[in-house]
Amino acid sequence: MIADWPILSLTVWLPIIGGFMVLASGDREANATKWTALTIAILTFIVSLPLWFAFDSATAQMQFVERVPWVPAFNVEYYMGIDGISMPLIILTTFITPLVVIAGWEVIKFRPSQYMAAFLIMEGVMVGVFSALDAMLFYVFWEAMLIPMFLIIGVWGGENRVYATIKFFLYTFFGSVFMLVALIYMYFQSGSFDILGFHTLKLGLTEQILIFIAFLMAFAVKVPMWPVHTWLPDAHVEAPTGGSVVLAAIMLKIGGYGFLRFSLPITPDASHTLDWLIIGMSLIAVVYIGFVALVQQDMKKLIAYSSIAHMGFVTLGFFIIFIINQNNAGSGAALGVQGGMVQMVSHGFISAALFLCVGVLYDRLHSRQINDYGGVVNTMPIFAAFMVFFAMANAGLPGTSGFVGEFMVIIASFRADFWYAFLAATTLIIGAAYTLWMVKRVIFGDVTNEGVATLKDMNNREFIVLGTLAAAVLLLGLWPAPLVEVMDASVNNLLQHISVSKL
Amino acid sequence: MQFDSTQLIPVLPEISLLTLACVVLVVDLFIREEQRIISYGISQVGLILTLLITILVAQPTTQILFDGSYIRDPMSDLLKVGILLITFLAFLYAKDYLRDRGLFKGEFYTLGLFAVLGMMIMTSANSFLTIYLGLELLALCLYALVAFNRNSPQGAEAAMKYFVLGALASGMLLYGISMIYGATGTLRFDELAQVVDKGDMNQLVMIFGVVFLVIGLAFKLGAVPFHMWVPDVYHGAPTAVTLFIGSAPKIAAFALAMRLLVDGLADLHGGWEGWQGMLIILAVLSMAIGNLIAIAQTNIKRMLAYSTISHVGFILLGILAGTKEGYTAAMFYTLVYALMSAGGFGVVIALSRKGFEAENLDDFKGLNQRNPWFAGMMLLLMFSMAGVPPTVGFFAKLFVLDAVVSVDLTWLALVGVFFSIIGAFYYIRVIKIMYFDQPTDESPITVGMDTQVVLSLNGLAMLFLGLFPAGLLSLCSNAIGN
Repeated sequence: MIADWPILSLTVWLPIIGGFMVLASGDREANATKWTALTIAILTFIVSLPLWFAFDSATAQMQFVERVPWVPAFNVEYYMGIDGISMPLIILTTFITPLVVIAGWEVIKFRPSQYMAAFLIMEGVMVGVFSALDAMLFYVFWEAMLIPMFLIIGVWGGENRVYATIKFFLYTFFGSVFMLVALIYMYFQSGSFDILGFHTLKLGLTEQILIFIAFLMAFAVKVPMWPVHTWLPDAHVEAPTGGSVVLAAIMLKIGGYGFLRFSLPITPDASHTLDWLIIGMSLIAVVYIGFVALVQQDMKKLIAYSSIAHMGFVTLGFFIIFIINQNNAGSGAALGVQGGMVQMVSHGFISAALFLCVGVLYDRLHSRQINDYGGVVNTMPIFAAFMVFFAMANAGLPGTSGFVGEFMVIIASFRADFWYAFLAATTLIIGAAYTLWMVKRVIFGDVTNEGVATLKDMNNREFIVLGTLAAAVLLLGLWPAPLVEVMDASVNNLLQHISVSKL
Repeated sequence: MQFDSTQLIPVLPEISLLTLACVVLVVDLFIREEQRIISYGISQVGLILTLLITILVAQPTTQILFDGSYIRDPMSDLLKVGILLITFLAFLYAKDYLRDRGLFKGEFYTLGLFAVLGMMIMTSANSFLTIYLGLELLALCLYALVAFNRNSPQGAEAAMKYFVLGALASGMLLYGISMIYGATGTLRFDELAQVVDKGDMNQLVMIFGVVFLVIGLAFKLGAVPFHMWVPDVYHGAPTAVTLFIGSAPKIAAFALAMRLLVDGLADLHGGWEGWQGMLIILAVLSMAIGNLIAIAQTNIKRMLAYSTISHVGFILLGILAGTKEGYTAAMFYTLVYALMSAGGFGVVIALSRKGFEAENLDDFKGLNQRNPWFAGMMLLLMFSMAGVPPTVGFFAKLFVLDAVVSVDLTWLALVGVFFSIIGAFYYIRVIKIMYFDQPTDESPITVGMDTQVVLSLNGLAMLFLGLFPAGLLSLCSNAIGN
C-alpha cells in the first residue's frame, strides 16, 4: 500500500538533502549544478504526486501519518500527516519549485549553486510546515523557512535589498515568537505538542483570546493582513523573481493555513468573539489595499498589493463562517472556507505567473517601472498574450481560477451580510481596474521608447514556465471540482469541530 | 576520617590535570622557542587524557569525600567533560593566533590548565571553602591571561579592571559566605541544606548572606547590573584569551550557581523573598541591557560580550525556575552556549592574521565571497545564538521557556522572547554583512587544517544538535538527577 510509505518524509527531506548536495557541488560546473537542482525539484514533484492520487478524500482523518519520538523528555514528536486542507498546498509547493528553478536558469549569475540550493531547501521546509502535526515540529519548520528566504532576498535582491530582507525577517520573527509561548502554554495544559490534541483541549475564554492573539500575530504577519502588511511590498520589490514567486505563491499561504490548522480549531470561541476584527481587517485589505494598488508605479509593488487584497479574501472566507452559522445559513459556511482554500491555490498560480511575467520584462530592460514600458505587444506578442491572460485571471475573469475562489467567498458573504458581500465584491471592480490599467500601460499602445523596440519575445524556457502555469490556471478555473472534493471532508469536519463551543 | 587510597579515585581527573599543568610548566623551561609546539601538544594530549579519566571515573552515584569538602556526582562529571572539551577547542583555535603574534609561550598553557583545574574544583565543590579556592584559582589565572600580551595597553587596562572588579566580587562572596556561616554554623552544602530545611537559623542574617552571595555570583556570571567588566575584558584581551574566557568558565559559573543556590540553599528559593526573585531581576535586566546595547556595537568582540550577558540572562531563567526541568534546561543552555561562543570567536580568530585583527564587524564584509564555507559556519553559529530553528540555540531557548512557563511565570517567558527578537537583529546583521556586502579586504584567508576541520565540526554541531537535541538533553537530565 503506497500510503504506508514515508512519502511525506521523502517530500520534505529529498529537496533539503538535495539542496545541500547542490550547495556542496559549488559553482565550478554551473551547468551540471543547475541540472542537478532541476532534477531534484522535478523528482520531488513526482514523489509528492501519490499524496494526491492515493489520498482518500472520503475521510477527514490524517493520512500518510508518520510518528516517531524526537525529544522524548518534552514529548516532542516527529509527527507528520496530511488532510484535505494541507495536501493541495503541498502539491502547490512541489509544483511551483521546479518552475522557480527553471526561471532562475540563465538570470542568476552570482553563485547559482547557492541560489538553487536555497530554493530546494526552502521547498522541503515549506512542505514540512504543511505536514507537521506536532506543534514544535511545525514551529521548527516555520522558523527555518526564514533562513533561506532571508538570504535569497538579501543576496540576489535589488538595490534596497538589505532593508527589505531585515524588515522581512524581523517582522516574521516578531510575529512567531509569541506563537511559541502560546504553544508552550498549551503543552503544559495538554501534556504534549500534538496539534490534534490541542484541538480537543478545553480552554477558558480569556485563555483562548490570549492564545488567539498570539496566533494572530504570527499568521497575520505571514498572510499578510492589514495593518502588518508593510513588509510585503518591500520584500517583493527587492526579491529576485524566484523569491517573489515563492513568497507570493507559497509563503503567504502558510499564514492562511495556520488559521485553519491552529486558530479556528484550537480557539473556536475566541475566533467567534473576535471574528469582527478579522473580517474588518480582511475587508480593509480588500478595499483599501486595492486602491493602494491602483496608484503604484512599480509593477512588482502593484502585484504585491494585489496579493494582499486577494489574501484578504482568504481570511474573509475563513472567518465569515461564524456569522453564517449565526444566521443558520447551512452550507454557506463550508463555501466560505472552501472558497478561501481555492483562492489560496489559485492565487498561488496567478501571483507566481504575474511575478514571472514581470521577471521576463525585468530581465530584458532591468526596470520594473510601468512608465518604462508601453506597446510591448508590438515586439513580444506571445508574451503579451500570456500577460493579458494572467492579468484577466487576477481580475477574476470567469473561466480562470481567480474567479472561482472569489465567487465562492462572495456568495458565502451574502449569506452572512449583504454589506460584507457588497464590500467584497467591489474587488471585482477595483481588481479589474488596477490590473487592466497596468496591462494597458505596459502592453498595449504604440512602442514608447527604444528599449521596448529592441525587446525579443520569450524563449523556450520562459514559454514552458508560463505555459504550465497558464494551463493550471485554466484547468482550475474550468474544473475546480477535484480540488473542492479533496478538501470537502476535512472542511466539514473542521466546521463541525468549530460549531461546538469549548467553554 | 580514615584515609583510604580508594578515596583518590574520584579525584583522579583533578590529579591528572594538576600533574599535567606541572609537567607543562617544567618541560617548557627546557625547550627552545621554535619547539614550543611541544608544550601545546602535551597540553592537548593531557586534556584528552583527563577527559577520558573523567569519563572512566564517572558513576551514576554521588560520592562525598575529604570531610565533605569535595563531591563527585553525575552533574560534576558532565560539566567537567564539557569544560575539558571546550578548553581543548579553545587551545586549538588559539594556537595559530598566538604563534603569529609572538605570544606562543608555555605560560599560556600553564595558566590555562591551572584555570581549568580551578573550574573543575568549583564544579566538584561541596563546601564554601572549596568553591572559593577553585574560584580564586580560576580568577587569578584569567587575570594574568587577559594581560598576556604585555605590549598591549588595552590588555593591561582590561586586566586591571577585571582584577579590581573581580576582587570586589570575591569580597562580596566571602562576606556572604561569612554571614551564612554565622547564621548556620556550617560550610558544607549538604549540612547547610539540612539547617535551612529545619529553619533553625537567624533569618535576617541569612537573607543578607544570600543577597551578598547572589551579588558575588552575578559578578562572576556577568549579569546586569554587575556586568561592567565583561565588554572591556572581552575587548581588551587577545582574541585567543577572549575565546577561552567566553566559553569554558561559563560552564564553571553555572556549576557555581548550582552548588551555591541549589545544593545549599534550595529551600530559600521561593518567591520574591528568596533567590528566585533576585535572579528574576538579574535575568530580566541582563536580557534587556545585553541585547539592547549589543545593537550599538561595531566591534564584534564587544558585541559578543553583550550577547554573552543576554545569554546569561537566559541561563538564569532556567535556574530560577527551581525545578529539575529548569536546571536541566539551564545546563543544556550553558553547554550549548559554550560551544557557540567557542565557535564564534573561533571564526573571529580564523579571519585574523599576522598584523591584522578581525575585530570590527566591517572586517566580515563579503565573507561569503572570500570564503563561503566559513561564512556558512558563522551563519549557523549566529542563527543558533539568535535561537532560530533548526539550530540548537532554538532548543536551548525552548527548554528554558518551557521550564519558566511550567512554574507559572509565563510573563517572564514573554519578556524572554521579546528580547530575543531584539537580539535577533544584531545577529542577523552579522549575516547581512557577511552575505550581502561587498568585501573590502580581498586578502585570502589562510587557516591551518586542524582549525578548519574543528571549526567545521563546531559549526555543524549547531545543526546536528538542533536536529537531534534529545541525546544531549537526556545527558543533562541524568546529570541533574532528582
